Amino acid sequence: MSAIAGSRAKADGPLKVAVPRGALLTETLDILDAVGIDTSGPRSDSRSLIFETDGVTLVTMRPSDVPTYVEAGAADVGITGKDVLLEQADRVVYELLDLGYGRCRMVLAGRRGDARLGEAQRRLGMMRIATKYPRIAERHFEQSGRQVEVIEVKGSVELAPLIGLGDGIVDLVATGRTLEENDLEVREEIVECTARFVANRVAHKLRAGEVDELTAKLREASGG
Amino acid sequence: MIHPIPPGTRDVLPDEMRELRRLNRALIEVFEARGYGEVATPAIEYDEVLARGGGRAADSAYRFFDESGELLALRSDMTVPIARLVASRYASAEPPLRLCYLASAYRAVRPQRGQMREFVQAGVELIGAPAPDGTAEVIEVLEAALDAAGLDRAVIGLGDADLYRALLTEFGLEGEVREAILSRLATHDLVGLETELSEVRGLGDDQIATCVALSQMRGGREVLEQARGLGGAAVERATAQMQATFDALERRGVADRVRIDLGLLRDLGYYSGAILEVYDPALGHILGGGGRYDTLMRRFGVDLPAAGFALYLERVHVAQMEEERRREAKQ
Repeated sequence: MSAIAGSRAKADGPLKVAVPRGALLTETLDILDAVGIDTSGPRSDSRSLIFETDGVTLVTMRPSDVPTYVEAGAADVGITGKDVLLEQADRVVYELLDLGYGRCRMVLAGRRGDARLGEAQRRLGMMRIATKYPRIAERHFEQSGRQVEVIEVKGSVELAPLIGLGDGIVDLVATGRTLEENDLEVREEIVECTARFVANRVAHKLRAGEVDELTAKLREASGG
Repeated sequence: MIHPIPPGTRDVLPDEMRELRRLNRALIEVFEARGYGEVATPAIEYDEVLARGGGRAADSAYRFFDESGELLALRSDMTVPIARLVASRYASAEPPLRLCYLASAYRAVRPQRGQMREFVQAGVELIGAPAPDGTAEVIEVLEAALDAAGLDRAVIGLGDADLYRALLTEFGLEGEVREAILSRLATHDLVGLETELSEVRGLGDDQIATCVALSQMRGGREVLEQARGLGGAAVERATAQMQATFDALERRGVADRVRIDLGLLRDLGYYSGAILEVYDPALGHILGGGGRYDTLMRRFGVDLPAAGFALYLERVHVAQMEEERRREAKQ
């Protein structure tokens, strides 16, 4: 089977919008409400993943899957965090709009009052960094001319430096409470992330009118 | 026992091969019927020869030494090898030259997502025919090829490769800033584009607005009028050229499937003037692309204007299957 079989998409019918579940969900549904899209489906207790409304089809998924679906054209447009887009920078999606919400920071954090990060850098020549965002972490250290061993973990990354897996972490921080509770502190700020509106390359060309109209409405609703 | 093959390559078995062969034949017949003779070139070339193409074409991902220490490379497209072929074999031929091909090319991509390291391209090169009529001829052949493949809903985007380079020069932007902005335009990162532009000192709000607005302008010929309204020499020149191409297409009666797209940018280093991309509603990836490369032949010592396109055969096949299914469902 061809490797591009997964990229097949039906361009007919309503525009398919990839909606991120999780932390961005509520504000995403709010802004979709504001542009006149009926979000009662995804707001209900339904276990469905696909919701037909008048005009568009909402497809709910993990934020990190949004670039995959949009790149392949399985969804025409979508909303996800800048952190996800940076981590999957090689996915070809058009980033059309900064929606402004879901604001958080990608940071380098270490144990409070602990000199291990600097010491590893100085005496061992490289730091070991645990993260769910290996590419963002690698790029950050590369751009600042430092060597690093990136350790990718899937779950609670705060755990890693506490029990000796890594000297620090690179992670997304909203309020900073999780860091605080785990006796960690921010050492460097890498980038600020917000929710972004993205489009598939072909949909952006072939459904230009619909995509532009939705972009304009979202721009207005996000106050941008 | 399973013996692996490199990721991004694949075997083709008889059922698929039969369909691919039918598609190949249909495409080559279209090309031949319009006077484009089929050529083949070696998959491996001297690296320094391919490097004359510049840009990504020079970026042959797979290089190796032969037994006498020569650096060889696998071709990353067919346009550069054909430029080489024309310069060597047809140096004194009367232009224009019409050539077509069906060949594998090789690029380093992360496989398994619509991209293969080895892929087949079917395309044509028209060498020695200047814009706008040469461009229009190539687009006419492309449309006939899409029809032969059964992709009657496919659309061709028409852009201009020099637009942003000229626009940024007009804005007085050079060096790193310029490259950063071009890269945002190429990836169509609008948020990043606005950020980059707003950080440039001395750039007026109207200049920023022009650059952002241009990248979003696409549609029928009315788009050219809108773009002209933004003013400036770069926009004027690009829209005049696109207008001329569009007029030439209308004279040939093949303008219906062509959409003007001022946001179009292709990352191959040798393009100049008109650039093309092909889309089908059944597929989320582009089916192919092309355009003019009026300065490429000069790098091989033959100063001739040229244009061409290449379709990704496997993607055309996927789209063809989807379109067939759609037509059957409709009946």
